[in-house]
Amino acid sequence: MIEIGLGHYLTFGAIIFSIGTLGIFLNRKNVIVILMSVELILLAVNINLVSFSIYLQDITGQIFTMLILTVAAAEAAIGLAIIVSYYRNRGSVRVEEINEMKG
Amino acid sequence: MINAVYFLIPEIFLALSIFAFIIFGVFKKNSFDLIYRATIVIIPIVIFLILNNNFENIKIFNNSFALDEFSSFMKILILVSSFFVLIMSKKYIQDINNNKFEYPVIMLIAILGMFFMVSSNDLILFYLGLELQSLSLYILASIDRDNLRSSEAGIKYFVLSALSSGLLLYGCSLLYGFTGSTNFQVISNNVGDINIGTIFAMIFILVGLAFKVSAVPFHMWTPDVYEGSPTSVTSFFAIVPKIAGIAVFIRFMYSPFQNILDQWQYILVFISIASMILGAVAAINQKNIKRLIAYSSISHMGYAIAGISTGTESGFKSTIIYILIYSAMNIGFFAFVFLMKRSGKYIEDINELSGISKNHPLAALSLLIVLFSLAGIPPLAGFFAKFYIFMSVIESGMYALAIIGLVTTVVSAFYYIRIVKVMYFDSPKKPFENFKNYGVYGSLIFSCIFLSSFFMYPSIFNGIISKINIF
Repeated sequence: MIEIGLGHYLTFGAIIFSIGTLGIFLNRKNVIVILMSVELILLAVNINLVSFSIYLQDITGQIFTMLILTVAAAEAAIGLAIIVSYYRNRGSVRVEEINEMKG
Repeated sequence: MINAVYFLIPEIFLALSIFAFIIFGVFKKNSFDLIYRATIVIIPIVIFLILNNNFENIKIFNNSFALDEFSSFMKILILVSSFFVLIMSKKYIQDINNNKFEYPVIMLIAILGMFFMVSSNDLILFYLGLELQSLSLYILASIDRDNLRSSEAGIKYFVLSALSSGLLLYGCSLLYGFTGSTNFQVISNNVGDINIGTIFAMIFILVGLAFKVSAVPFHMWTPDVYEGSPTSVTSFFAIVPKIAGIAVFIRFMYSPFQNILDQWQYILVFISIASMILGAVAAINQKNIKRLIAYSSISHMGYAIAGISTGTESGFKSTIIYILIYSAMNIGFFAFVFLMKRSGKYIEDINELSGISKNHPLAALSLLIVLFSLAGIPPLAGFFAKFYIFMSVIESGMYALAIIGLVTTVVSAFYYIRIVKVMYFDSPKKPFENFKNYGVYGSLIFSCIFLSSFFMYPSIFNGIISKINIF
């Protein structure tokens, strides 16, 4: 049996973080997917913080995590509101159609 | 320590007035005008409350909130510039039929977030302040919700800014893990022994900060958001969050990362050179005045970051002077943009300015002063801003950065002076619509007097800024 240590948690966090970042850049379909990718990034950060907090025997990381969860909820709410207002004006939330302004 | 609350009175007052405005606005119909006026009154009161704090360097709440000359100066600068933004954009907001009471309240919330950013001495407080500011700015960018361009600006700003917040936060988590604390002083003591984790953390945090001040590899959002959002919001975006962003930049580079100067110095030099070059070259071809000022602000951020990249005390002080003069120049510029109204519609095309010196000689003269100052032509304040930056860059021996900076100054002078040429030498079109708007006139006059008389007595600000000490 291998023992699960800090390194494994950090690798797991880094993988989720990369999935989130790639999800924003590779996504060509829907803005909602971008919102989900942003949430993934924040979750990767939470995994990092909690595992560091256990490793360092320090409670600060877990407090930081609680605050990040709150901010992530607010961010998702505002993001969805902006997407709804965009949809009402444009009638679509496809990523490649967000090109009114270029230059 | 119960007394700590007394030092927080400006923030508490601001927060309570925000709550009061929201409740008042919800229960009273058509309260935009009243709340807007109240917001304009609140800002000088907060300035007074900040000045009322005695300026000793103290840290309260477990060393997480720093109160020093630096944060007080930056807060006052933020408040003064948002005061001018508010008084000059009122007529515009009413003209585009967007007079909702939420608009000034959300601006106040963004200002509150900037206060916490500027004063933060702890990663948690810094992150919360940053998000309070960013979340309000997302709403402000898409505040004109029946307009496709405004919602598109909001969606672009939201996606890219959320990504950069995520990167910055990942950096914060690594920094916490590898240094064992979220406090800036503890981080600064523990960060010294070079390991790969802290370098990664520093790079991620730099990416997030560079995004917030729209420095070059992360500038893509700036022109689109500036063009799409209503001009009043653009003027806010171009001035106030930049001040807070540069303040946080200085705080990070000189407090937690001061011991790894040789690690971040070249990254900042690269960001600075890239911003100066792109801002100068990409603006040449722009037709829209808001896109032009977006690229211009990118290049100005390049100069400001050049001051920080020296890592010396004179470096960050010249950056503070730079950002002070930058906000004064942008106040003047946007005050003029609010005057550009013809047959009931606000115009943004540069060619529409042709020959306005015949119809509006005074307005054209003030835009000329502002543009010459933006280009850095000697007796005006913009020259001194660049002069201090290049002085401190040369003092620390970075000649390449200084030479590239001077060359890009000359290149960017081209597109500022092109506007002057359009105003003074092209054939006149119809005059602008004449409207009495003392807010716009006042801001334009203030900006021009400040810019043209700065050289007579520059030691007013130099004296204040030389007292600033953030260590």
